[in-house]
Amino acid sequence: MDALLQQIFTGLVSGSFYALLALGLSVIFGMLGVVNFAHGAFYMLGAFGAVTVLDTIGVSFWLALVVVPLVLAVLGMVLERTLVRRLTSLDPLYNFLLTFGLALILQDLVRLKYGVSSQPYSRPDLLQGSFNLGLFTYPRYQVFVLVFSIVVSVAVWLVLSHTRIGMIVRASTERPELTSALGVNVGRWVTPVFGFGVALAGLAGVLAAPMRAVNSEMGGDLIIVIFAVVVIGGLGSVFGSVAAGYLIGMLTAVGNFYVPALSQSLVFILMALVLLLRPAGLFGREESMS
Amino acid sequence: MITARLLQGGGALRWTLLVVGLVVALALPWFVYPPIATDMIAWALFAVALDLLLGYTGLLSFGHAAFWGSSAYATGLVAIHTGMPFYVAVLAGALVAAALAVPIAYLSVRRTGIYFAMVTLAFAQLIYFVANQWRSVTGGENGLQGIPRNLFGLDLSDGFYFYYAALPVILLGLFAAWRIVHSPFGRVIIAIRENPARARALGYSVDRYKILVFVLSAFLAGVAGGVYAIGHGFASLQEVYWTTSGKVVVMTVLGGMGTLWGAVVGAGIIVQLEDYLATAGIDANGIVTGAIFAITVLLFRKGIWGTVAQLLGRRRRDDRDAEPGPVRPATTTEEHADAR
Repeated sequence: MDALLQQIFTGLVSGSFYALLALGLSVIFGMLGVVNFAHGAFYMLGAFGAVTVLDTIGVSFWLALVVVPLVLAVLGMVLERTLVRRLTSLDPLYNFLLTFGLALILQDLVRLKYGVSSQPYSRPDLLQGSFNLGLFTYPRYQVFVLVFSIVVSVAVWLVLSHTRIGMIVRASTERPELTSALGVNVGRWVTPVFGFGVALAGLAGVLAAPMRAVNSEMGGDLIIVIFAVVVIGGLGSVFGSVAAGYLIGMLTAVGNFYVPALSQSLVFILMALVLLLRPAGLFGREESMS
Repeated sequence: MITARLLQGGGALRWTLLVVGLVVALALPWFVYPPIATDMIAWALFAVALDLLLGYTGLLSFGHAAFWGSSAYATGLVAIHTGMPFYVAVLAGALVAAALAVPIAYLSVRRTGIYFAMVTLAFAQLIYFVANQWRSVTGGENGLQGIPRNLFGLDLSDGFYFYYAALPVILLGLFAAWRIVHSPFGRVIIAIRENPARARALGYSVDRYKILVFVLSAFLAGVAGGVYAIGHGFASLQEVYWTTSGKVVVMTVLGGMGTLWGAVVGAGIIVQLEDYLATAGIDANGIVTGAIFAITVLLFRKGIWGTVAQLLGRRRRDDRDAEPGPVRPATTTEEHADAR
């Protein structure tokens, strides 16, 4: 039983990454109607960013947690302004293909610079060792990741639901024409929201650096899992994608506990079940169904 | 659409294209290293199979490696264990791919637009993990090795002769795709691309048509994957990986969606380019492929063939075409409502 609980906890920690990535993906999708294939690449850049600023100018993990996402947000905004923007009025497939191309380029650039072997990155001193959680002990860093991701998700949700900026973003997401008819400059928010989504991916990447293998391929397979997560949760729903992130992390871990052979496939099997029983996604709205 | 009209409009042009295409296909291994020529025609059929979905039905399958790869494995297994002529092995592989496509299509068509792309990509990744885990059958990371080229005792070990043994299979597949597009069934899938709601209102079961064209496309992708596996003598995890799905999409988009010919041209260019990069020792496939994606999508969305056909078409008559493929501006069509 303790082993299972520990496994569930591990699942929630993986779920933290799913949730942060799915959150960024769905915020971008909501505002721009763009499915950002490069999201996994930005996650990878976040991890490499943490490694690079530590190695070159000795920036600590804590500072990297702030600086790296900001830098990536700027990169994201530049890409939105120069490339993504040209295609947003067309079929969303074009931006999907464009960002796929960008993901390949970014991944290859990092591979050429750093090679294929993983970069070492140690945990911050404060988070060495483990906590005693009553039934089992657990590495401090993993506990931190879980708590931190929940705090970030809740903060984003509060901003979206309780502030004026959030109101504008939600309105632009739901009814862009009507919102601009009411005098809101929808276009002004597109670039910052894209940058924000990219920053979330970068944040997840920095968080991943001390506990995952940091290499150029770390985002490639992950983004496909995230796609399955948002299909399960419903991409239009910010709450749905975060909840689905934690849920999938947990269910995958439980599945892995009983049937280890399924560990990597389970998320896709769950997606198939959701498509069969509730095609709009667990938290998707009916109007999004054909 | 453009090609369709050109082909219907100008009988002479249509036959000229066909003859030129056949001559190029027959002469190819004299100009190109034969194994590369075989790769070209296999990828050409794969890209054409994808074009049936992407260009003609308006569905972006980002998981077609699942069918190319599962057929590569199945073809290899049949060839190794039965010793039958490789035509039979390829047919068996393609049937496996088609059978696999039935449940995947059934589930995937429940979503449209951009979700369809994500769902197919996810299913293909599932197939990848299964192939990776099922070591006793697929050989896992070592791949399936030692696939023979059996054909009635003929010696096909020379790539030059194997090319001519494989060509009829590929041409048959290309002909099948052409027949599908120019049949009443083909008109229906184009109608579904243009306006799914209207197609449904006219009494067509949109989902059933989508499933059928998906399975046909998977079958043709399977034929191509089988030929590829026989040609290389092995099938590896690379064949079912998402980069392979991306590669066939870039071929179709670069060549021009919804033109069939374009997919063939795109496949030829990409295979030739990758061979050039490999021999030149330039290890940057991702950057090159990614850049081609970005440039095509940003600058010439009709692709090479679409752009050429448009230039020709403009000379021939007033340009009143819809753009080929899913190029409609995003208005409140059904797909977009779902994509939101």
